[in-house]
This record gives sequence, structure tokens and C-alpha cells, in this order.
Amino acid sequence: MCRDCGCSLGPSAARAPFAAKPAPKGHVESIEVITRILDENDRVAAHNRTHFDGHGVLAVNLMSSPGSGKTSLLEATIKALQGEMRIAVIEGDLATENDAARIRACGVPAIQITTGNACHLDAQMVHDALHDLPLDGLDVLFVENVGNLVCPASFDLGVHRNITLLSVPEGDDKPAKYPVMFRGADLTLITKVDLLPHIEEFSVERARDSLRQVGFKGDIIELTRRGGDGFNAWLGWLRSEIATRRAAAA
Amino acid sequence: MHELAVCQALIEQVERVARDNGARRILSITVSVGPLSGVEPSLLEHAYPLAAAGTVAEDAQLLVVPVPVRVRCRTCKAETEAAPNRLVCGTCNDWQVDVIAGEEMVLQRVEIETAEEPVH
Repeated sequence: MCRDCGCSLGPSAARAPFAAKPAPKGHVESIEVITRILDENDRVAAHNRTHFDGHGVLAVNLMSSPGSGKTSLLEATIKALQGEMRIAVIEGDLATENDAARIRACGVPAIQITTGNACHLDAQMVHDALHDLPLDGLDVLFVENVGNLVCPASFDLGVHRNITLLSVPEGDDKPAKYPVMFRGADLTLITKVDLLPHIEEFSVERARDSLRQVGFKGDIIELTRRGGDGFNAWLGWLRSEIATRRAAAA
Repeated sequence: MHELAVCQALIEQVERVARDNGARRILSITVSVGPLSGVEPSLLEHAYPLAAAGTVAEDAQLLVVPVPVRVRCRTCKAETEAAPNRLVCGTCNDWQVDVIAGEEMVLQRVEIETAEEPVH
């Protein structure tokens, strides 16, 4: 029995020994390759991007911890932009259709990708979902990634913009803990700022500093989905991105 | 644990290399991985046997070469190592830096076995 924690595994089982190189029985060649391991994902991502560009649609990937307010932000955004923009959503989740049902209840099309046990969306999953989602006439397609601050960061989906949400109850040091996720984003939304008076541990200044330290160079917007200046700034960001996309497509 | 998905993509690549070069078996695979790729070398090593089972790379040894994060300072031009969550210049402490290494997740080299007997 392991002395450290009382588990039934010995200390050596904690880190399995890695296979030795097998003894060669024939002619051996060493071949230099030098390709990105995820080049197939990147290829499909580029294909997705071409598809979005062909339809003049802005594609946006939302990433965050579970429960930081991605679906709530989308609900509020859809409501605020009703009649102004045509929106559709691809929802990624391990098991349920709950989020897609919430989006459909707002009157916009939503495709649910249930990933089973997969902790992230990849470009192929988004590509497959696009077969069920006509892009004609759309202004913006949101992809709500699986709630997870680690795995989704490694997979390009072919979107134009990546957004990371950081909610006040999570703590202001999340960027320092998950640098890859926050560094790769184009925009960080600090959400649930209406809770700031109740959560004195969270300092917006420290969060901003943490983002700067991990090399995040995009915009930071502090908001609550209940409206106000921050929420309007978010809508402004979205309008400006859509205008840029339309100009590029024209 | 997205490292399994990464290993599956890796296996697809080395299977292609094996096919293109008439390999009977793959002996070793060398990859380089930086911390800013979001992939953990030890998790990659643990996921590898699951992805490789039943393939031409089943017995292959996976060699993961870790690549440290390096930044180039825009102010003092120094090139220094940095922590993934503190991308600042190691010389002047300025945060106006460009990452020059540490983002890679690259298949570098595949060692294959081609024939039953050595060819001379």
C-alpha cells in the first residue's frame, strides 16, 4: 500500500514506466518530419474559416470555466440584438442538450454537439455541426465551447475571434493558473461584476495585471448580463467586429 | 485530458510516414512540446499507449522533448527564458515581449524499421 495517501497503488504505479525502444529486426531509417501534431485539425479549421468567410458570417468561440456565464451572456446578447442581427449558436457540452434548449427558447437556431467524454470541441466537430446549420443570412455564429479552461485552448476551430470569460466568483488569479487559455484570446470578458461588492477578494486591477503577465494583448470588458455600460461595450465590440467582417466579405 | 486526442492525431501522422516509407514497424517517435501549446508532456506519455494500441506504432518509444518558453524583449532586445504565466523580459522585467519559443507541439522525427533483414 502507498504510504503517502493509503491508496492501493505502490509509488511506482503513480507514473507508469515508458516503453523502451524495441530491438530492431530489420533495416532502420530515421526520418525527419517536422509537422504540427494538430495539422489535420488546423486544416479543417482553415476550411471552416473559408466557409464562414464565404457567407460573410462572423464566427466567435466562447471559452471559460463551467458556470462563468457563457450561456447567460448569449441569452442576454440575443435579446438585446433582436431585430438587429441574425444569430445562431453551436453548443458544446459533455452530456446534455440544456444549453441549446435555452438558446432555442430565445428564438435563434442552436445545434448541440454532445461530446461524450471529450473535454473540448475540435474543428471537425464544428464542421460536422455546420452541415445542420445553414449560414445564409446570418450575421454572427457563436460557438460555446465545453466549460474548461485547459483543453479547448489547444484546438483552433476556424473561428475569427476567441473570447474567454472570467467570472468574479472564480477569482482574479485565473489567468495565472490557466495562462494558455487566456493568452490565446482576442477579448476577455470579466463577467458577473455585479457581485464585486460581495466578493471583496476579487480585484479587477489584479485580474488585469494577471492577464498582462500571461501575454494577453486584447481588450478587456467588465460586464454583467443585466445591462449597463459594460454590456453596451460588449455589444459595441460585436457590432464593430461584424462590420469588419462584412467589409472583408464585400 | 485532451492529450489523448493529440496522441490520436500524432498516430495518424506517423501511420502516414510509415506508409509512405514502407515501414513494417515504428521504433521511436520524437516530438517537441512547449508549455504554451497547452499539452502536458507526462499526460502525453500516459495517453500514448492507448492511442498506439493495434497500430504500426504500437511498440514505439515516444520521446517528448520539452521546449522552454523564451521571449524577446521589445525594449532591451534580450532573449531570455520566462515562466508560462509571467511572460516578461528576464533582463529588464518589461512585459513588452514576443514569444519566440514554447508554443510548439511538433512531430520531429520517426525512426522506422523497413525490412526483415538489414539491407546492404
